[in-house]
Amino acid sequence: MSLKAWWVAFIGGLAVLVLIALSIARMYGPSRPASPSDEPVASASSTTKETAHITATLFFGSPDGQSLVPMRRDVQLAETVVEQGRQIVVAQLMEVPPAPYVSVIPSGTMLRAFYVTERGDAFVDLSSDVVRAHPGGSLNELLTVYAIVNAVTANLPAARRVQILVDGKEADTIAGHVDLRRPLTRDESLVRDSDEK
Amino acid sequence: MWTVPVRTSVVVILILALVATTRGQDVTPATPLTLVSRDGRRPVPTALQNGREVVALDDVASLFQVALKEDTLAGGVTISYRGRTIVASANRPMVSVEGRVVSLPSPVVRAGGRWLVPIEFLSGALASIYDQRIELRRASRLVVVGDVRLPRVTANITSAGPPTRATIEIAPATAVAVSTDPGRMLVRTDADGLDLTPATGGGLIDRIRIGDQPNVVLITLTDPAGQARATVTTANNIASVLIEVAPATTSESRTPNPDTRVPGSESPAPTLDPREVIAATRTWQTIVIDPGHGGDDVGVRSAKGVEEKQVTLDIARRLRAMVENRLGLRVILTRDDDRAIALDDRAAMANNGKANLLISLHVNAARVPDQAGAEVFHLALDRESAEVVRVATAEGATLPTLGGGVRRLDLIPWDLAQARHLDESSVLASVLQEELQRQVPMSGHPIRQAPMRLLAAANMPAALVEVGYLTNPQQEARLNTDDFKTTVAQALFSAIVRFRAWSEESQTP
Repeated sequence: MSLKAWWVAFIGGLAVLVLIALSIARMYGPSRPASPSDEPVASASSTTKETAHITATLFFGSPDGQSLVPMRRDVQLAETVVEQGRQIVVAQLMEVPPAPYVSVIPSGTMLRAFYVTERGDAFVDLSSDVVRAHPGGSLNELLTVYAIVNAVTANLPAARRVQILVDGKEADTIAGHVDLRRPLTRDESLVRDSDEK
Repeated sequence: MWTVPVRTSVVVILILALVATTRGQDVTPATPLTLVSRDGRRPVPTALQNGREVVALDDVASLFQVALKEDTLAGGVTISYRGRTIVASANRPMVSVEGRVVSLPSPVVRAGGRWLVPIEFLSGALASIYDQRIELRRASRLVVVGDVRLPRVTANITSAGPPTRATIEIAPATAVAVSTDPGRMLVRTDADGLDLTPATGGGLIDRIRIGDQPNVVLITLTDPAGQARATVTTANNIASVLIEVAPATTSESRTPNPDTRVPGSESPAPTLDPREVIAATRTWQTIVIDPGHGGDDVGVRSAKGVEEKQVTLDIARRLRAMVENRLGLRVILTRDDDRAIALDDRAAMANNGKANLLISLHVNAARVPDQAGAEVFHLALDRESAEVVRVATAEGATLPTLGGGVRRLDLIPWDLAQARHLDESSVLASVLQEELQRQVPMSGHPIRQAPMRLLAAANMPAALVEVGYLTNPQQEARLNTDDFKTTVAQALFSAIVRFRAWSEESQTP
């Protein structure tokens, strides 16, 4: 490789580092209050998307199906709190854990919308697949609900509580057991540490 | 003539005699006798005098419609009824009935302005001038007047068992019909009343006494009692009812053994005395059993097609039969067929039915096939709801009422009605878990607290039971069997019996 090529690579890398530093400063510095008006800002940082990540904690089912296990995963860095929340929920919905861990999200569940109110209530609007494809059972439903609630509250300090919506509307429950009419706070009682880091 | 000591003794004896005479006039009220006639039952006031039971003649006059005429000069009294008379004289243990002397066990006494005669006067003297039968039954404290069929009933526990055997003899014999209710047996007789000395029980029989109607013998069973059978035979004008009570096949009444509790479960393990269950039957009236899912909402469907909604309905019906037949409680099922019912409607049924208990039945599912066993859920309020409830209960609100004063308003939101019952529901969950554990496999996490939608709106102790996992191949094969469903229903029944006893006891001040 020529000297010129090394220089280009060096400058490029430096630029990426600076951008990452700036983005992080933006996320954790004195941020604007999160509000629905923050969205959409999806294409704002397209140049950094391939390379900038944060490490988020996502939740999967334990091998015995009894609890949630936190695992750290890289999630694309986003411009705003709301956009970051959206990325985290999408990762929580899509990510497949390594065996013997299991996903607790019904297959095909999509994120329709995500926003955070000034009170710190995050709204996670899921496609109705979450209801249709849910296998049922109180414990399963608890794990589904709290994987999402915990993923949002663990990674977004701005979100204190999470209200799950289905197809844009308030839902009683996903599978007939767990009360979704109010925003839920994080539940650590369902969480068990994993061996994997 | 008399020496000084002799004189002193005489004085002392005279004083003692005087005291004795004075004390002889002392009259203390006693338990009244009961007069039984065609017109019904009336009390006959009695008193104790010198250890003998006496009755005042003016009471006799009003009860039996006889006339009294006092002869102060002769120191006597005349009792007359339809031209026939009895003459009694003070301090004489006898009366003259139509010129014939009838002796009495103690003297006729005039005290406190009243004439007192021993109660035997009624059957020994008054009966002779009266136009109806008068029979005094001292043991049962009855005065039977006229043509009343009041057979004597003798009850005996012949063997404490189990099975517990008892005989009830009715003399003179009457027609007898025996019926069995939950926890008790009724022996109906074709009589106007029964002359029964209430008997304490033994073995599985709690008590034998007169029922709500005077011609019914009520045999209350202790809680571990199961099936009770009776055979009736008549010989020598005595009807004999032979009763045999078998112990229950289930274990509902076993006192919780602390050693069998799951480590870590800090349940306040209510103890059960079977007598409390019987005694407290009045308080609880209704329970609600909620068969989960239904209609289009099948709940969990197993690989082989077993549906949660069918299993829950089947168990609920079995449990209803047990509770109705054995506890005599009203049981509301939120659904008795295959239909979808909103969770709010289910809670409303329980709340409107003023139920004392709600148990919601479900079958679980897991992402991994190994997971098996039953779990019990009770409500966890999240922090926000807990705060709403805390503020509502602490501040409340008051409204002026008609006629002055204020009424305190309870501002707990209807859909958080469970907030009042969180502690009781926690006990309920423990009792359910303990009873299920005796009979069916439990999951590694048998009690959970979670924001369950149905439980939140229930205004009574409430819990949700997941009876097993349809995603586990072994449990799937077993869950839909009669044996398993009956076993689960029996475990739930036992928990209901225990929780009711605890609940009613804890509500008693």
